[in-house]
Amino acid sequence: MTNLPDGRYVDDAPYDPQASLQQLERADLDAPNWVLVWRKFKTHKLGLISGTFLLICYLLLPFVGFIAPYGPNDRHPDHLFSPPQSIKMFHEGEFLGPFIYPMTSEANLETFQWEFKPDTDNPLKLKFFCEGSTYKLAGLIPSDTHLFCVPEEATLFIWGSDRLGRDVFSRILYGAQLSLTVGLIGITVSFVLGIFFGSLAGYFGGKIDWVINRVIEILRSLPELPLWLALSAAVPSNWSPVAVFFIISVILGILDWPGLARSVRAKFLSLREEEYVRAAEMMGASSGRVIRKHLLPNFMSHLIASATLSIPAMILGETALSFLGLGLRAPAVSWGVMLNDAQNLASIEIYPWTALPMLPIVIVVLAFNFLGDGLRDSLDPYQQ
Amino acid sequence: MQPLLSVEDLSIGFGSGDPVVRNVSFEVQPGETLALVGESGSGKTVTCRAVLRILPKIAKIHSGKIILRTSNGEQDLSAMPERRMRTVRGDRVSMIFQEPMRSLSPLHKIGNQVSEVLWLHRGQNESQAKKTVLETFERVGFPDPERAYRSYPFEMSGGMRQRAMIAMAMVAKPDLLIADEPTTALDVTTQAQVLGLMKDLQRDTGMAMILVTHDLGVVANMAEQVVVMHKGRVMESGSAEAILRAPAHPYTKQLFDAAPSVPDPVEDAQLPAQEDLILNLKSVNKTYTLRSSSPWKPETLIRACRGVDLALPRGKTLAVVGESGSGKTTAARIALGAEPPDPGGEVWFKPTPDSAPIAVHAMDRTARTAFQRDAQMVFQDPYSSLSPRMRILDAMTEPLEIHQIGNRAEQKEKAASMLRLVGLNPDMLLRFPHAFSGGQRQRLSIARAMMLDPSLIVCDEPTSALDVSVQEQILTLLEEIRDRKGLSYLFISHDLAVVARIADEVAVMRQGLVVEQAPPETLFFNPKHPYTKALIAAQPTPDIDRPINLKLVAQGAGSPDSWSEQFRFTQSVIPSLVELEPGHKVRCHV
Repeated sequence: MTNLPDGRYVDDAPYDPQASLQQLERADLDAPNWVLVWRKFKTHKLGLISGTFLLICYLLLPFVGFIAPYGPNDRHPDHLFSPPQSIKMFHEGEFLGPFIYPMTSEANLETFQWEFKPDTDNPLKLKFFCEGSTYKLAGLIPSDTHLFCVPEEATLFIWGSDRLGRDVFSRILYGAQLSLTVGLIGITVSFVLGIFFGSLAGYFGGKIDWVINRVIEILRSLPELPLWLALSAAVPSNWSPVAVFFIISVILGILDWPGLARSVRAKFLSLREEEYVRAAEMMGASSGRVIRKHLLPNFMSHLIASATLSIPAMILGETALSFLGLGLRAPAVSWGVMLNDAQNLASIEIYPWTALPMLPIVIVVLAFNFLGDGLRDSLDPYQQ
Repeated sequence: MQPLLSVEDLSIGFGSGDPVVRNVSFEVQPGETLALVGESGSGKTVTCRAVLRILPKIAKIHSGKIILRTSNGEQDLSAMPERRMRTVRGDRVSMIFQEPMRSLSPLHKIGNQVSEVLWLHRGQNESQAKKTVLETFERVGFPDPERAYRSYPFEMSGGMRQRAMIAMAMVAKPDLLIADEPTTALDVTTQAQVLGLMKDLQRDTGMAMILVTHDLGVVANMAEQVVVMHKGRVMESGSAEAILRAPAHPYTKQLFDAAPSVPDPVEDAQLPAQEDLILNLKSVNKTYTLRSSSPWKPETLIRACRGVDLALPRGKTLAVVGESGSGKTTAARIALGAEPPDPGGEVWFKPTPDSAPIAVHAMDRTARTAFQRDAQMVFQDPYSSLSPRMRILDAMTEPLEIHQIGNRAEQKEKAASMLRLVGLNPDMLLRFPHAFSGGQRQRLSIARAMMLDPSLIVCDEPTSALDVSVQEQILTLLEEIRDRKGLSYLFISHDLAVVARIADEVAVMRQGLVVEQAPPETLFFNPKHPYTKALIAAQPTPDIDRPINLKLVAQGAGSPDSWSEQFRFTQSVIPSLVELEPGHKVRCHV
C-alpha cells in the first residue's frame, strides 16, 4: 500500500487489466441446468427425504407380492376383523428371534362379537423366504416365495384383517400399485393436453388464445365432484378392473389439464419476451423449432415441479371416487376401495384398523408436496 | 474535524466463500460527498448496505467497525442491537436505491409513503407530517406537491419517482444520505436534473452523501472524495480532484480511459457518400392503439414513429439516439422486418451493391430467409440473449442449423473461428452461458450474430447493460469487426457520447420524430436543436472542468411545447426536417 503526498491511498498489489477476458466469472455455474438444480435441491432436506421415500415406494411396486405375506383377496373366514398382531422378540424373557402368538377366536355370546386372544403359550417363529400363495412378480413372472410368513396353522395380520378376513397390510401394499400409478397416468394425460393447449395459446396468442382460455374457464367452472361422478358412472360396469382403472386415471387427467395449460401459457408469455427467443425468431427459426428448442427446455423444470404438486390431487381424486364406490371396483384393490369398507362409523369405532389405508395416503400426499416444494425452490439455480 | 462516518477495515463474506469486501476503510466528512466507484461485482453496494446493516441474510461481516458520529454522540453501527439500529435508518442515515420503479410500494400513495418516515421517527401526526412532506416535495421540484402527495407511484415517470425517493430520504433531514446508483436507470437528461437536485439539496441542508456509481462522469460532477473499488478491494482513494486529474492506479486509469467522452469539435465534418444505401427507411410511421381505461372513452393512439426517413450507406454506421420511449427501438424493429410499419411507409434493403433493392415488408418466404441471413441483431441484455439451457456451441451453431449450412464439423469450425474473432478462447464452446461475465456474453452474442456472415447488423443498445470499461472494449470490438468485414451498423443508443465514437451519422429522436440529424462531429460542434444541446450538456464526463450545464438541460429536455418558437411542435403543427447545411438536418421552422 502506498500513500501519495497529496493524501491519496493507492493499492500496490499487482494488477493485470487484461486478466478478466479469458477467465470464467462464475465457474461454479458452468454446468447443465439439471446439475445446478440437483446441487440446489440437495440442500432442501425435507424434499430430498421425500423424494428418496417416493422413489423407493415406486421401485418396490412390482415386488409387493414378495413383501406381502398374503394375496390381496385371500380370505380367512375364521379371522374376520382380527385385530393387528405384533411381532415379538422375547418370549418369557428369552430371546427367540421374530415370532408371533397365534390368535384364537371365540364368540362372545353376550355382545355377539368375535373375540380374539393371543395364545401366549405357543410362540410361532416367523419364516423367511418361505413358500406361500402364488403371485406374479411385476405382473409377469409367477412365484410363490414370500419375504416372511408364519406356519400354516396360524395367521399373520400385522395391521389386522377386514370384514372378509383379508390381511389389511397385504392389501395396502397391493393397493399402492393402483393408487400410486393412477397419479402418474393421470398426470401424463394432463401433461400432454396442458402443454399442447397451453403452448398454442401462449405462443400464437390472438384468437386461439381467446378460445382456449374460454374453454379452460368453462372446464374450471364445472363443479368437480359431480362431474367425476357423472363420468365414472358412465363407465360400463362389465369392464375389467384394469380397463376401469385406466379410464378413471384418464378422466382425472382430462379434468386436471386446464390448470397446467394456464401455467404453461403464462410461462410461454414471459419466456417469449426473453431476448434469446427473439434472437432465434430473427434468425428465421420456425415456430416449431422455437417452441421445441428454446421454450420447452427452459420451462420443463417448472412443469415437472407443478406436475409433482398436482399428483397428490390425482391420488386424492381416485381415493374419493373409490370411497364413494364410483371409482375402482372390487376385486381391484386400491386405498380408496379399502376405505370404502370403512364408510360405516360403527365399524371404525369397533375396528379402527379398517381405516388404516388413510395413513399411506396422508404420507404419500405429504411426500409429493414436500418434493414439489423442494423442486420449485431449486428451479432457478442461476441466482444466488 | 471529526469524520461523520468512518468505516475501518471492513470485510464481508457470503456464506463460507471468499470475502466479497476486503479490508475497506474510508471516512465521510460532514457535508461532503464520497463516491464509491467500481464495476458490478466490485463490492461497492455491499459496502454501503453494510453501513445500514441491510445485507442479505447469508452475508457476514468478518471484521471491521462502522462508526457514526452525530449529535447523539458516537455510535458503532456494526455492533448496535437491531432495535436501536431502526432509529438510525431513515432518520440519521437514509438511502436511495437504484431502481425507482421498484423501490416504492405500488399500493400506497406517495404522500403516505414519504410521511411514514416522519410518523416513525418524529412521532408527528398526519397533518404535521403532510405539511413537512409538501414542503419537501416543493423542494425536490414537483410542480404540484398536493397532487404528487395524492398520486400512486405508477402514475409518475421514472425521474419523478426518483424525486419522490429523494424526498423520502430527505424528509427527516438525515446527516448522511447513501445513494446507490440513483441515476443509472434514468435517461441522461433526467439523470443530469436529478444529480443537480441532489447537489442543491446537499448545499441547503449540509448533509453528507455516499454516492455509489460506476460512472466517473457522475463522480466528476458530484464528489469531493473518491474510493475506487475492484473485486472487493480499494484500489485508490483520495480527493476527487487529484484522482481525476492524475489517476495513479492502473485500474483507475483504465476506468478513466474507458469513460465515453464528448469529442473535441472538428470543423470539417464529412458527409458519408449516399449512393449505395444498404438500408433505406422512407416515411415510416408506426401507431399503436392503447385500449382506453374505460369503455366510453376513445382509444389512445401512441405514435411511436412519425415520418422517419433514415438512410444507411454500405459500410457505415448510422446511430439513432433518444431517450426511452422516443421510438428508436421501434424504428429498428421495423427496419429488420420484425414489425410492419403503418401503410405508406417503406423499408428497402440492398444486400449487395449490384443487386436491386428489396422491400423488407413485402418479401416472400425465400426472400425473407435470405434477408434473415443478411441482417442480424445484437441485443441489449447480455444476460437474457443466450438460452441458459444451451451450450455456447449449440447457441452459436443454431443460425447455421436453421439455414442448413454446412455439416456439424464445419459448423463447429466456424463457431470456433468466430469466438477467436471476438477475442475469446475456442475452448469455451462447451461451456454454459451462465459461467460468463456480462462483457463476455455480449461478445458471444456478437459472435453469434456474425455466424451467418451478415452484411447489416442492428445493435440495440449493445453496451447499455455493461460496465464502462467493458463498454469501451465492446465498442472497440464492434469497430474492428465492421472495418474488417465491411459491415453496416444501425446502432441504437440513448448515450450520445457512446455513439460519437462509432457512428458516421447520428439521428436524434424525440417522441417518434427525428429532431436533428448530422455527422457526430457536426452535432457536437454545432448543435442546433435545443434537445440535442440538452443531451450534450447532460452528458457527464470525467473531466472536472466540464460540469453539467443544467440550464441547457432544462431548456431542451422539457416538453416540446416549451422549446423556443422556432423548434416548438404541438399536436397539430410539426415543423419539417430542414437541411440547414449539407448533411445537417434540423426539425425547425425556417
